[in-house]
Amino acid sequence: MTSCPLPTLTSLETVEARSVLPAGWKADLSQPSAVDLTLPVLELIRRSTTRLPQDVIETLVAFRNREEEGSRAANTLDTMLENVTLADENVAPLCQDTGTLLFWVRHPFGFSQRVLKAQVRKAVQEATAKSWLRPNCVESLSGRNPGNNMDPFGETHPVVHFEEHEGPGIEISIMQKGGGCENVGAQYRLPDVAIGAGRDLGGVRKCIIDAVTKAQGQGCSPGILGVAIGGDRVTGYERSKEVILRKLGTPNADPKLDAFEKQLMEELNSLGIGPMGYGGLTTVLGVHVSEMWRHPASFYVSISYMCWSSRRMDLVIEPNGTVVYR
Amino acid sequence: MRKLITPISEAAIRELKVGDEILLNGKVVLSRDIGHKFMVEKKPDWLKPILEEAVIYHCGPVVAKQPDGSWSFVSAGPTTSIREEPYQADVLETYNVRGVIGKGGMGKKTSGGLQKVGACYFHATGGAGALLAERVKRVVDVKMLEEFGSPEAFWIIEVEDFPLVVTMDSHGGSLHEVVANASQERARELMAAK
Repeated sequence: MTSCPLPTLTSLETVEARSVLPAGWKADLSQPSAVDLTLPVLELIRRSTTRLPQDVIETLVAFRNREEEGSRAANTLDTMLENVTLADENVAPLCQDTGTLLFWVRHPFGFSQRVLKAQVRKAVQEATAKSWLRPNCVESLSGRNPGNNMDPFGETHPVVHFEEHEGPGIEISIMQKGGGCENVGAQYRLPDVAIGAGRDLGGVRKCIIDAVTKAQGQGCSPGILGVAIGGDRVTGYERSKEVILRKLGTPNADPKLDAFEKQLMEELNSLGIGPMGYGGLTTVLGVHVSEMWRHPASFYVSISYMCWSSRRMDLVIEPNGTVVYR
Repeated sequence: MRKLITPISEAAIRELKVGDEILLNGKVVLSRDIGHKFMVEKKPDWLKPILEEAVIYHCGPVVAKQPDGSWSFVSAGPTTSIREEPYQADVLETYNVRGVIGKGGMGKKTSGGLQKVGACYFHATGGAGALLAERVKRVVDVKMLEEFGSPEAFWIIEVEDFPLVVTMDSHGGSLHEVVANASQERARELMAAK
């Protein structure tokens, strides 16, 4: 049997020592207008862009050990894992496409979203100046690149979703979604005659198989699929990204969808697309499905494809003001 | 794994077959979306000596400027190549390019260009930006940096043991076509099952 050891990332002490956040940094959440999260968010970006989440690493290794020793699939997964170690050691972006930056900010009553957004934007600009992010925001028609990752209207980049929650702390999730994998996402409107998909779970299954087959290796397989059933065209796609934040290997809260996800993992990995589309047993690392309500006339299946380099991380400001990254 | 050193002769390229794993050494020129449109529409003379028997890399790197004004590559994996399908065959012929590095493979038009000119499509591991940047030994020059921005500029670099797989050769072979056909067949089976 083949085997590849689990790459070990640098120790937590090293990560702390490299942090841009001064030791003992705390926020005073009782004074919302005095809280400045620029530095904690900058550190969130530094970690997310250079350290792949542990669950993704473990899943890559588990699939690597199923591939035949010496095969292109095994060699490619080895290269990916070697890259994970190097990016962390060198504090270099895992991938040169540091992606569209998506943030989900959940905050208590009393915080100004306008102020929080300005802090997130400042952190993104600073991370770009430090070469932790590539300037990925250009004017559509001219292609002009201001070089700072800022859309001057504050509309499209970085993407910041806000939610006021009941908890006393603040949670910020980041996702870095590369352009290659974003381009192979797809939205289906059921019934879809071309692929014989009706308005039921069987129809959703056909959409997913179709999308992954069309994507081949283009989205940097093995991918992680986020699937939203229902919603409108916008909320469906939004949810399809949000579910990619779920850790690999954690069950779906809905037992019916959990069984569906497991079945699709088996089926999609029998397609033979393999890592980077070179062939092999590893085509997807995870399938995450979420059901939403919908208009009676519309039945959308929205699919987002995340590349193997699934860069995501959470920043939590605890009620006492201390910072946790997870 | 065999080593390949630029400039590459047509004879050396014709020996390569789909599935060969190689380590590339020498000069590589980065170009992607705006660059390919530019190369086909403008065909500037100054680019010709830069690209003659060289290898083009579809990549938009993360770069860092050093205190002495020189550049270094921080992360530099491949971008999706199929977007250059309308241009690639023309670029190969116009500039006599011996190879294209990217990811995801390209289509029939490019395959025709590879066969005619004597060139290969080399696949790099997508997402391996940190590892591939380590194999970039020197940034020799950069063209059109102001005009195109850093992800799209023509970066001219020297690489050492850059790990690649030949996925399209100069004889019409394409690993992408083989995998696509087999996976589509399997998808049809799965869809018919229920």
